[in-house]
Amino acid sequence: MSEHTESGVHVASMRLLVTIMIVLMIGTWLTVSVTHFDFGFLNIWIGLGIATAKAILVGLYFMHLRWDKPFNAFVFVSAFAFLALFIGFALMDSAHYQDVIIPGWPLG
Amino acid sequence: MAAQHHDDGHDPNLAHHFESSEQQRQSAKLGMWLFLATEILFFGGLFVAYTVYRGNHPEVFVFGAHFLDTALGALNTVVLIFSSFTIAWAVRAAQLKQIKLLKWLIIATMLCAFAFLGVKYVEYSAKWKHGLLWAGAYNPHVDHEEASALIEVDGEIHTNEGDVSIHEIEEVQPVAEGEIVEPIAVELEVDPAVVVADPDKSTIAPAARGPEGLAGPAEEADHDLVPVEPLNARVFFSIYFMMTGLHGIHVLGGIAAMLWLLKCLRRGDFDGGHFTKVDMVALYWHVVDIIWIYLFLLLYLID
Repeated sequence: MSEHTESGVHVASMRLLVTIMIVLMIGTWLTVSVTHFDFGFLNIWIGLGIATAKAILVGLYFMHLRWDKPFNAFVFVSAFAFLALFIGFALMDSAHYQDVIIPGWPLG
Repeated sequence: MAAQHHDDGHDPNLAHHFESSEQQRQSAKLGMWLFLATEILFFGGLFVAYTVYRGNHPEVFVFGAHFLDTALGALNTVVLIFSSFTIAWAVRAAQLKQIKLLKWLIIATMLCAFAFLGVKYVEYSAKWKHGLLWAGAYNPHVDHEEASALIEVDGEIHTNEGDVSIHEIEEVQPVAEGEIVEPIAVELEVDPAVVVADPDKSTIAPAARGPEGLAGPAEEADHDLVPVEPLNARVFFSIYFMMTGLHGIHVLGGIAAMLWLLKCLRRGDFDGGHFTKVDMVALYWHVVDIIWIYLFLLLYLID
Protein backbone atom coordinates (compact mmCIF):
# COMPACT_ATOMS: atom_id res chain seq x y z
CA MET A 1 0.00 0.00 0.00
CA SER A 2 3.00 2.29 0.27
CA GLU A 3 4.30 2.10 -3.30
CA HIS A 4 5.36 5.39 -4.82
CA THR A 5 6.53 6.64 -8.19
CA GLU A 6 9.92 8.30 -8.58
CA SER A 7 8.33 11.70 -7.98
CA GLY A 8 6.80 10.47 -4.75
CA VAL A 9 3.22 10.06 -5.95
CA HIS A 10 1.23 7.39 -4.20
CA VAL A 11 0.51 4.24 -6.19
CA ALA A 12 -2.42 2.11 -5.10
CA SER A 13 -1.45 -1.54 -4.65
CA MET A 14 -3.12 -4.26 -6.67
CA ARG A 15 -4.29 -5.92 -3.51
CA LEU A 16 -6.08 -2.77 -2.41
CA LEU A 17 -7.72 -2.22 -5.80
CA VAL A 18 -8.96 -5.81 -6.00
CA THR A 19 -10.25 -5.70 -2.42
CA ILE A 20 -12.19 -2.49 -3.06
CA MET A 21 -13.67 -3.94 -6.24
CA ILE A 22 -14.83 -7.08 -4.42
CA VAL A 23 -16.31 -5.02 -1.57
CA LEU A 24 -18.17 -2.90 -4.14
CA MET A 25 -19.57 -6.05 -5.79
CA ILE A 26 -20.71 -7.38 -2.43
CA GLY A 27 -22.28 -3.99 -1.76
CA THR A 28 -24.23 -4.25 -5.01
CA TRP A 29 -25.45 -7.72 -4.09
CA LEU A 30 -26.42 -6.39 -0.66
CA THR A 31 -28.37 -3.47 -2.12
CA VAL A 32 -30.39 -5.81 -4.31
CA SER A 33 -31.03 -8.44 -1.63
CA VAL A 34 -32.06 -5.87 0.97
CA THR A 35 -35.00 -4.89 -1.23
CA HIS A 36 -36.50 -8.35 -0.68
CA PHE A 37 -37.12 -7.47 2.95
CA ASP A 38 -39.66 -4.96 4.07
CA PHE A 39 -38.28 -2.51 6.59
CA GLY A 40 -40.97 0.03 5.83
CA PHE A 41 -39.66 3.56 5.44
CA LEU A 42 -36.18 2.34 6.44
CA ASN A 43 -35.70 0.52 3.13
CA ILE A 44 -34.77 3.64 1.21
CA TRP A 45 -32.39 4.78 3.94
CA ILE A 46 -30.66 1.39 4.11
CA GLY A 47 -30.30 1.46 0.33
CA LEU A 48 -28.98 5.01 0.33
CA GLY A 49 -26.60 4.10 3.16
CA ILE A 50 -25.08 1.21 1.22
CA ALA A 51 -24.89 3.28 -1.97
CA THR A 52 -23.16 6.09 -0.11
CA ALA A 53 -20.71 3.66 1.49
CA LYS A 54 -19.91 2.40 -2.02
CA ALA A 55 -19.49 5.95 -3.32
CA ILE A 56 -17.14 6.76 -0.41
CA LEU A 57 -15.02 3.68 -1.17
CA VAL A 58 -14.79 4.67 -4.83
CA GLY A 59 -13.85 8.22 -3.83
CA LEU A 60 -11.30 7.31 -1.19
CA TYR A 61 -9.47 4.52 -2.98
CA PHE A 62 -10.24 4.41 -6.71
CA MET A 63 -10.15 8.21 -6.92
CA HIS A 64 -7.20 8.45 -4.55
CA LEU A 65 -8.84 11.02 -2.30
CA ARG A 66 -7.32 9.33 0.72
CA TRP A 67 -3.82 10.30 -0.42
CA ASP A 68 -4.80 13.45 -2.26
CA LYS A 69 -4.71 17.02 -1.05
CA PRO A 70 -7.64 17.47 1.35
CA PHE A 71 -8.78 20.49 -0.60
CA ASN A 72 -9.76 18.31 -3.57
CA ALA A 73 -11.95 16.21 -1.29
CA PHE A 74 -13.39 19.40 0.15
CA VAL A 75 -14.36 20.63 -3.33
CA PHE A 76 -16.03 17.33 -4.20
CA VAL A 77 -17.83 16.85 -0.90
CA SER A 78 -19.06 20.45 -0.94
CA ALA A 79 -20.91 19.67 -4.18
CA PHE A 80 -22.81 16.95 -2.31
CA ALA A 81 -23.42 19.29 0.61
CA PHE A 82 -24.97 21.90 -1.67
CA LEU A 83 -26.99 19.21 -3.38
CA ALA A 84 -28.32 18.14 0.02
CA LEU A 85 -29.32 21.75 0.72
CA PHE A 86 -31.00 21.98 -2.67
CA ILE A 87 -32.97 18.77 -2.13
CA GLY A 88 -33.80 19.63 1.47
CA PHE A 89 -35.20 23.06 0.70
CA ALA A 90 -37.08 21.83 -2.35
CA LEU A 91 -38.73 19.14 -0.23
CA MET A 92 -39.59 21.57 2.55
CA ASP A 93 -41.12 23.89 0.02
CA SER A 94 -43.21 21.31 -1.80
CA ALA A 95 -44.37 19.76 1.48
CA HIS A 96 -45.63 23.17 2.47
CA TYR A 97 -48.28 23.57 -0.19
CA GLN A 98 -48.89 19.96 -1.21
CA ASP A 99 -52.11 19.68 0.84
CA VAL A 100 -53.54 22.49 -1.24
CA ILE A 101 -52.87 20.58 -4.46
CA ILE A 102 -53.70 17.06 -3.25
CA PRO A 103 -56.64 17.01 -0.82
CA GLY A 104 -55.87 15.05 2.30
CA TRP A 105 -52.10 14.92 1.69
CA PRO A 106 -50.10 13.30 3.24
CA LEU A 107 -52.20 10.22 2.76
CA GLY A 108 -50.23 7.96 5.11
CA MET B 1 3.19 24.29 -28.16
CA ALA B 2 5.48 22.27 -26.00
CA ALA B 3 7.71 21.48 -28.94
CA GLN B 4 8.67 25.14 -29.26
CA HIS B 5 10.35 25.06 -25.90
CA HIS B 6 12.58 22.14 -26.64
CA ASP B 7 15.56 24.38 -27.16
CA ASP B 8 15.12 26.18 -23.86
CA GLY B 9 16.15 23.07 -22.04
CA HIS B 10 12.62 22.81 -20.70
CA ASP B 11 10.77 19.63 -20.02
CA PRO B 12 8.41 19.49 -23.05
CA ASN B 13 5.71 18.16 -20.76
CA LEU B 14 5.90 21.15 -18.43
CA ALA B 15 4.00 24.28 -19.42
CA HIS B 16 5.85 27.53 -18.99
CA HIS B 17 3.52 29.00 -16.41
CA PHE B 18 4.15 26.16 -13.95
CA GLU B 19 7.07 25.98 -11.63
CA SER B 20 7.27 22.20 -11.46
CA SER B 21 5.51 19.22 -12.95
CA GLU B 22 4.12 18.50 -9.52
CA GLN B 23 2.49 21.93 -9.44
CA GLN B 24 1.20 21.35 -12.96
CA ARG B 25 -0.26 18.00 -11.95
CA GLN B 26 -1.91 19.42 -8.86
CA SER B 27 -3.45 22.26 -10.87
CA ALA B 28 -4.87 19.84 -13.40
CA LYS B 29 -6.26 17.78 -10.56
CA LEU B 30 -7.92 20.71 -8.83
CA GLY B 31 -9.46 21.76 -12.14
CA MET B 32 -10.75 18.24 -12.62
CA TRP B 33 -12.26 18.07 -9.15
CA LEU B 34 -14.00 21.40 -9.72
CA PHE B 35 -15.41 20.04 -12.97
CA LEU B 36 -16.60 16.89 -11.18
CA ALA B 37 -18.30 19.06 -8.54
CA THR B 38 -20.24 20.78 -11.34
CA GLU B 39 -21.10 17.35 -12.72
CA ILE B 40 -22.65 16.37 -9.40
CA LEU B 41 -24.68 19.58 -9.42
CA PHE B 42 -25.60 19.00 -13.08
CA PHE B 43 -27.18 15.68 -12.16
CA GLY B 44 -28.33 17.28 -8.92
CA GLY B 45 -31.17 19.12 -10.61
CA LEU B 46 -32.56 15.81 -11.83
CA PHE B 47 -32.15 14.24 -8.41
CA VAL B 48 -34.14 17.11 -6.94
CA ALA B 49 -36.91 16.60 -9.48
CA TYR B 50 -36.85 12.91 -8.63
CA THR B 51 -36.97 13.46 -4.87
CA VAL B 52 -39.73 16.04 -4.92
CA TYR B 53 -41.90 14.01 -7.28
CA ARG B 54 -41.33 10.77 -5.43
CA GLY B 55 -41.98 12.45 -2.09
CA ASN B 56 -45.33 13.71 -3.28
CA HIS B 57 -46.36 10.82 -5.51
CA PRO B 58 -44.67 7.62 -4.29
CA GLU B 59 -47.28 5.45 -6.04
CA VAL B 60 -46.06 6.62 -9.44
CA PHE B 61 -42.58 5.30 -8.66
CA VAL B 62 -43.76 2.02 -7.18
CA PHE B 63 -45.76 1.49 -10.35
CA GLY B 64 -43.03 2.59 -12.76
CA ALA B 65 -40.27 0.53 -11.14
CA HIS B 66 -42.23 -2.63 -12.00
CA PHE B 67 -41.33 -2.06 -15.61
CA LEU B 68 -37.59 -1.90 -15.00
CA ASP B 69 -35.57 -5.10 -15.01
CA THR B 70 -33.60 -5.31 -11.77
CA ALA B 71 -31.39 -8.08 -13.19
CA LEU B 72 -30.30 -5.92 -16.12
CA GLY B 73 -29.79 -2.93 -13.84
CA ALA B 74 -27.66 -5.03 -11.49
CA LEU B 75 -25.69 -6.39 -14.44
CA ASN B 76 -24.91 -2.86 -15.55
CA THR B 77 -23.87 -1.93 -12.02
CA VAL B 78 -21.45 -4.84 -11.96
CA VAL B 79 -20.10 -3.88 -15.39
CA LEU B 80 -19.52 -0.28 -14.32
CA ILE B 81 -17.88 -1.23 -11.02
CA PHE B 82 -15.58 -3.58 -12.88
CA SER B 83 -14.71 -0.82 -15.36
CA SER B 84 -13.98 1.50 -12.45
CA PHE B 85 -11.57 -1.12 -11.23
CA THR B 86 -9.86 -1.48 -14.63
CA ILE B 87 -9.44 2.29 -15.04
CA ALA B 88 -8.08 2.60 -11.47
CA TRP B 89 -5.64 -0.15 -12.39
CA ALA B 90 -4.82 1.76 -15.57
CA VAL B 91 -3.76 4.76 -13.47
CA ARG B 92 -1.46 2.46 -11.52
CA ALA B 93 -0.06 1.06 -14.78
CA ALA B 94 0.55 4.59 -16.10
CA GLN B 95 2.29 5.54 -12.86
CA LEU B 96 4.53 2.50 -13.11
CA LYS B 97 5.13 3.04 -16.87
CA GLN B 98 3.58 -0.33 -17.77
CA ILE B 99 2.51 1.00 -21.16
CA LYS B 100 1.37 -2.25 -22.72
CA LEU B 101 -0.74 -3.12 -19.70
CA LEU B 102 -2.08 0.44 -19.69
CA LYS B 103 -3.26 0.04 -23.27
CA TRP B 104 -5.14 -3.15 -22.52
CA LEU B 105 -6.70 -1.72 -19.39
CA ILE B 106 -8.00 1.31 -21.29
CA ILE B 107 -9.41 -1.03 -23.94
CA ALA B 108 -11.01 -3.21 -21.26
CA THR B 109 -12.64 -0.17 -19.69
CA MET B 110 -13.95 0.88 -23.09
CA LEU B 111 -15.38 -2.56 -23.71
CA CYS B 112 -17.19 -2.32 -20.38
CA ALA B 113 -18.57 1.05 -21.43
CA PHE B 114 -19.86 -0.50 -24.66
CA ALA B 115 -21.33 -3.44 -22.73
CA PHE B 116 -23.12 -0.99 -20.47
CA LEU B 117 -24.61 0.81 -23.47
CA GLY B 118 -25.54 -2.53 -25.03
CA VAL B 119 -27.55 -3.52 -21.97
CA LYS B 120 -29.06 -0.04 -21.93
CA TYR B 121 -30.06 -0.54 -25.56
CA VAL B 122 -31.87 -3.76 -24.66
CA GLU B 123 -33.70 -1.96 -21.88
CA TYR B 124 -34.57 1.10 -23.94
CA SER B 125 -35.87 -0.94 -26.86
CA ALA B 126 -38.15 -2.92 -24.54
CA LYS B 127 -39.55 0.37 -23.23
CA TRP B 128 -39.93 1.59 -26.77
CA LYS B 129 -41.78 -1.55 -27.80
CA HIS B 130 -44.22 -1.18 -24.94
CA GLY B 131 -44.69 2.54 -25.37
CA LEU B 132 -43.31 3.23 -21.90
CA LEU B 133 -41.81 6.53 -22.88
CA TRP B 134 -41.47 10.05 -21.61
CA ALA B 135 -44.26 12.61 -21.23
CA GLY B 136 -46.30 12.93 -24.43
CA ALA B 137 -44.79 9.83 -26.00
CA TYR B 138 -46.12 7.66 -23.15
CA ASN B 139 -48.57 5.20 -24.66
CA PRO B 140 -48.38 1.82 -22.93
CA HIS B 141 -49.51 -1.11 -25.04
CA VAL B 142 -48.79 -4.76 -25.61
CA ASP B 143 -46.59 -5.50 -28.54
CA HIS B 144 -48.81 -7.04 -31.19
CA GLU B 145 -46.61 -10.04 -32.00
CA GLU B 146 -46.06 -10.77 -28.33
CA ALA B 147 -49.76 -10.62 -27.62
CA SER B 148 -50.76 -12.94 -30.45
CA ALA B 149 -48.05 -15.40 -29.46
CA LEU B 150 -49.38 -15.46 -25.94
CA ILE B 151 -52.89 -15.97 -27.11
CA GLU B 152 -51.73 -18.99 -29.08
CA VAL B 153 -50.09 -20.47 -26.02
CA ASP B 154 -53.32 -20.01 -24.21
CA GLY B 155 -54.92 -22.34 -26.72
CA GLU B 156 -57.72 -19.93 -27.42
CA ILE B 157 -58.53 -18.01 -30.50
CA HIS B 158 -59.11 -14.36 -30.04
CA THR B 159 -59.90 -12.15 -32.96
CA ASN B 160 -58.01 -9.41 -31.30
CA GLU B 161 -56.66 -6.96 -33.81
CA GLY B 162 -54.33 -4.18 -32.82
CA ASP B 163 -52.84 -3.39 -29.48
CA VAL B 164 -54.63 -3.35 -26.20
CA SER B 165 -53.77 -0.20 -24.38
CA ILE B 166 -54.33 0.68 -20.78
CA HIS B 167 -56.09 3.78 -21.93
CA GLU B 168 -58.53 1.86 -24.06
CA ILE B 169 -59.38 -0.34 -21.11
CA GLU B 170 -59.82 2.68 -18.91
CA GLU B 171 -62.26 4.11 -21.36
CA VAL B 172 -64.21 0.89 -21.55
CA GLN B 173 -64.27 0.17 -17.85
CA PRO B 174 -67.04 2.49 -16.72
CA VAL B 175 -69.36 0.91 -19.25
CA ALA B 176 -68.46 -2.54 -17.99
CA GLU B 177 -69.73 -1.61 -14.57
CA GLY B 178 -73.05 -0.66 -16.14
CA GLU B 179 -75.22 -2.94 -18.21
CA ILE B 180 -73.36 -4.08 -21.30
CA VAL B 181 -71.05 -6.83 -20.25
CA GLU B 182 -70.49 -9.32 -23.08
CA PRO B 183 -68.47 -7.51 -25.74
CA ILE B 184 -66.19 -5.91 -23.22
CA ALA B 185 -65.45 -9.17 -21.46
CA VAL B 186 -64.01 -10.49 -24.72
CA GLU B 187 -61.79 -7.47 -24.97
CA LEU B 188 -60.44 -7.87 -21.50
CA GLU B 189 -59.88 -11.60 -21.75
CA VAL B 190 -56.65 -10.83 -23.54
CA ASP B 191 -55.34 -9.37 -20.38
CA PRO B 192 -54.77 -12.41 -18.15
CA ALA B 193 -52.98 -14.07 -21.03
CA VAL B 194 -50.59 -11.20 -21.21
CA VAL B 195 -50.10 -11.26 -17.48
CA VAL B 196 -48.51 -14.71 -17.63
CA ALA B 197 -45.96 -13.45 -20.13
CA ASP B 198 -42.84 -15.47 -19.31
CA PRO B 199 -42.38 -14.59 -15.67
CA ASP B 200 -39.07 -16.47 -15.55
CA LYS B 201 -37.44 -14.71 -18.44
CA SER B 202 -37.62 -11.17 -17.27
CA THR B 203 -39.02 -9.12 -14.48
CA ILE B 204 -40.21 -6.52 -16.94
CA ALA B 205 -43.92 -6.73 -16.46
CA PRO B 206 -46.06 -6.54 -19.54
CA ALA B 207 -47.37 -3.07 -20.03
CA ALA B 208 -51.04 -3.63 -20.56
CA ARG B 209 -52.02 -5.47 -17.46
CA GLY B 210 -54.95 -3.23 -16.84
CA PRO B 211 -56.76 -2.54 -13.62
CA GLU B 212 -56.07 -5.12 -10.95
CA GLY B 213 -59.65 -6.24 -10.51
CA LEU B 214 -59.82 -7.35 -14.11
CA ALA B 215 -56.73 -9.50 -14.07
CA GLY B 216 -58.61 -12.71 -13.32
CA PRO B 217 -58.51 -14.96 -10.24
CA ALA B 218 -55.77 -17.31 -11.46
CA GLU B 219 -53.11 -14.82 -10.45
CA GLU B 220 -50.43 -16.35 -8.28
CA ALA B 221 -47.29 -14.25 -8.17
CA ASP B 222 -48.80 -11.32 -6.37
CA HIS B 223 -45.34 -10.00 -5.54
CA ASP B 224 -44.91 -9.01 -9.14
CA LEU B 225 -48.45 -7.83 -9.49
CA VAL B 226 -48.53 -4.43 -11.07
CA PRO B 227 -50.82 -2.12 -9.18
CA VAL B 228 -53.43 -0.02 -10.88
CA GLU B 229 -51.79 2.56 -13.07
CA PRO B 230 -51.72 5.76 -11.07
CA LEU B 231 -52.39 9.16 -12.51
CA ASN B 232 -49.38 10.62 -14.30
CA ALA B 233 -47.42 7.37 -14.38
CA ARG B 234 -45.68 8.88 -17.39
CA VAL B 235 -43.74 11.18 -15.10
CA PHE B 236 -41.75 8.20 -13.87
CA PHE B 237 -40.67 7.40 -17.40
CA SER B 238 -39.85 11.04 -18.12
CA ILE B 239 -37.56 11.08 -15.08
CA TYR B 240 -36.18 7.64 -15.92
CA PHE B 241 -35.22 8.62 -19.45
CA MET B 242 -33.83 12.01 -18.43
CA MET B 243 -31.61 10.54 -15.72
CA THR B 244 -30.42 7.41 -17.50
CA GLY B 245 -30.18 9.34 -20.78
CA LEU B 246 -27.95 12.03 -19.33
CA HIS B 247 -25.90 9.30 -17.68
CA GLY B 248 -25.69 7.41 -20.98
CA ILE B 249 -24.38 10.53 -22.69
CA HIS B 250 -21.69 10.66 -20.03
CA VAL B 251 -20.79 7.05 -20.80
CA LEU B 252 -20.40 8.04 -24.45
CA GLY B 253 -18.21 10.94 -23.33
CA GLY B 254 -16.12 8.49 -21.36
CA ILE B 255 -15.64 6.33 -24.45
CA ALA B 256 -14.51 9.40 -26.39
CA ALA B 257 -12.08 10.31 -23.60
CA MET B 258 -10.63 6.80 -23.60
CA LEU B 259 -10.19 6.87 -27.37
CA TRP B 260 -8.25 10.07 -26.84
CA LEU B 261 -6.13 8.31 -24.20
CA LEU B 262 -5.32 5.57 -26.69
CA LYS B 263 -4.26 8.21 -29.20
CA CYS B 264 -2.02 9.82 -26.58
CA LEU B 265 -0.61 6.41 -25.74
CA ARG B 266 0.30 5.77 -29.37
CA ARG B 267 1.99 9.14 -29.49
CA GLY B 268 4.12 8.09 -26.53
CA ASP B 269 2.73 10.63 -24.09
CA PHE B 270 2.83 8.20 -21.20
CA ASP B 271 6.29 6.80 -21.80
CA GLY B 272 7.92 9.12 -19.30
CA GLY B 273 5.49 8.24 -16.52
CA HIS B 274 3.24 11.25 -17.14
CA PHE B 275 0.00 9.80 -15.92
CA THR B 276 -2.06 12.97 -15.42
CA LYS B 277 -4.23 12.43 -18.51
CA VAL B 278 -5.05 8.87 -17.49
CA ASP B 279 -5.71 10.09 -13.97
CA MET B 280 -8.17 12.77 -15.14
CA VAL B 281 -10.16 10.42 -17.36
CA ALA B 282 -10.21 7.87 -14.54
CA LEU B 283 -11.62 10.44 -12.11
CA TYR B 284 -14.35 11.29 -14.59
CA TRP B 285 -15.14 7.64 -15.14
CA HIS B 286 -15.42 6.99 -11.40
CA VAL B 287 -17.99 9.78 -11.12
CA VAL B 288 -20.01 8.14 -13.91
CA ASP B 289 -19.85 4.97 -11.82
CA ILE B 290 -20.88 6.72 -8.59
CA ILE B 291 -23.88 8.35 -10.28
CA TRP B 292 -24.98 5.00 -11.67
CA ILE B 293 -24.76 3.42 -8.20
CA TYR B 294 -27.41 5.91 -7.10
CA LEU B 295 -29.50 5.67 -10.27
CA PHE B 296 -29.68 1.89 -9.94
CA LEU B 297 -30.89 2.17 -6.36
CA LEU B 298 -33.36 4.98 -6.93
CA LEU B 299 -34.93 3.83 -10.20
CA TYR B 300 -34.76 0.03 -10.20
CA LEU B 301 -34.97 -0.94 -6.55
CA ILE B 302 -38.27 0.59 -5.50
CA ASP B 303 -40.65 -1.79 -3.85
